[in-house]
Amino acid sequence: MASRPELLAPPEVFYDDTEARKYTSSSRIIEIQAMLSERALELLALPEDDVPKLLLDIGCGSGLSGETLTENGHHWIGLDISPSMLNIASEREVEGDLLLGDMGQGLGLRPGVIDGAISISAVQWLCNADKSSHNPRLRLKAFFTSLYRCLANGARAVFQLYPENLDQRELILNAAMHAGFAGGIVVDFPHSSKRRKEFLVLTCGQRSTNTSVTKGKGEDGESCSDDESEDEENKTVSISDRHRPRKKQKHNKGGKGREWIMRKKEQMRRRGNDVPPNTKYTGRKRKDRF
Amino acid sequence: MRLLTHNMLSSNIKGVTNGFPLRIEAEKVVEKTVEMNPDFLKKMFDKIQWKAFVDGSRAMGFTELPEEVDSSVLESDEFLSRFHHALLELHLEEGALVCPETGRRFPVNKGIPNMLLHEDEV
Repeated sequence: MASRPELLAPPEVFYDDTEARKYTSSSRIIEIQAMLSERALELLALPEDDVPKLLLDIGCGSGLSGETLTENGHHWIGLDISPSMLNIASEREVEGDLLLGDMGQGLGLRPGVIDGAISISAVQWLCNADKSSHNPRLRLKAFFTSLYRCLANGARAVFQLYPENLDQRELILNAAMHAGFAGGIVVDFPHSSKRRKEFLVLTCGQRSTNTSVTKGKGEDGESCSDDESEDEENKTVSISDRHRPRKKQKHNKGGKGREWIMRKKEQMRRRGNDVPPNTKYTGRKRKDRF
Repeated sequence: MRLLTHNMLSSNIKGVTNGFPLRIEAEKVVEKTVEMNPDFLKKMFDKIQWKAFVDGSRAMGFTELPEEVDSSVLESDEFLSRFHHALLELHLEEGALVCPETGRRFPVNKGIPNMLLHEDEV
């Protein structure tokens, strides 16, 4: 099996000018990308009312997947971290708008405006820590919560991914569920090692009647996605949650401070506890040499 | 980048509570003709924040949009074509987007805004 690009270098480094050009000029890759995005779009199950939708392409690269969206008449916004890939996309004059951004930093989009999101072979990159400041768990969380906010009620997000192992799949799925998504994994051609493709299908907000997880292609008999679709019912959250303000992050670098200690001591005194008297040493920082 | 995208984008810097709308500093604006679809325009009209949209279009040199609107204007073909032009045909090619709260500039090169945050902004 070919080596996995995400093990070689971070995406913005791996997809440099040469690699980006190579990627986009390979007819095999173009074909696979078109096929995958076609299938992802199918799994999005957009309402068939012939009104163009505003979609998000996460990890759009050189815009190969976006082209499929354009062919189907939708408007799209593409996000990628590799400037070289985006340069090629703009050279190829793709219809969608491109953004240079890192999905692990969260998407800066207004709440509830996007009708659907697709992502072809991108999310597994989030499982790597390429910098010392990266924490895959936090980056996945930032990504999925921000995605959940920007999707419209009832919208879907479909991610085609190549998880390296079971743990990675679990990590991604958990992050998505914690963000409030419902859904599961659809496996196309589960019995073929070459054609096997996994799609993570997530639904945002209220579950409408038609959002049960679609069956994978080429599955005989037992459906592999059965167990996930059962989970789905328990894991849907109510939509009122979506507009709650983001949690303020706690930062207590300098400790609790003198004021806080005084308040606590006062509280303890009122309860009749034995509390040492307040002196000039109360709440003072120790010397470094201690 | 079109105004459609601009209207969806907000600043994602840690600690910023209201990063919308990003102020546009336009250096170069290009126009690309695309086919008009009234259904899409009507759908987007509900989602667009009009004030930010008008300010954005003015910053890009298009001043023919009214300051205040309600849904009745959608009946007028003239309005629709202006709306369409501003929403989908104007591209910000070079310039910057400025966060309204912190003043942080996100540069736009070749039509691609660089929304990457520094490590201390995440």
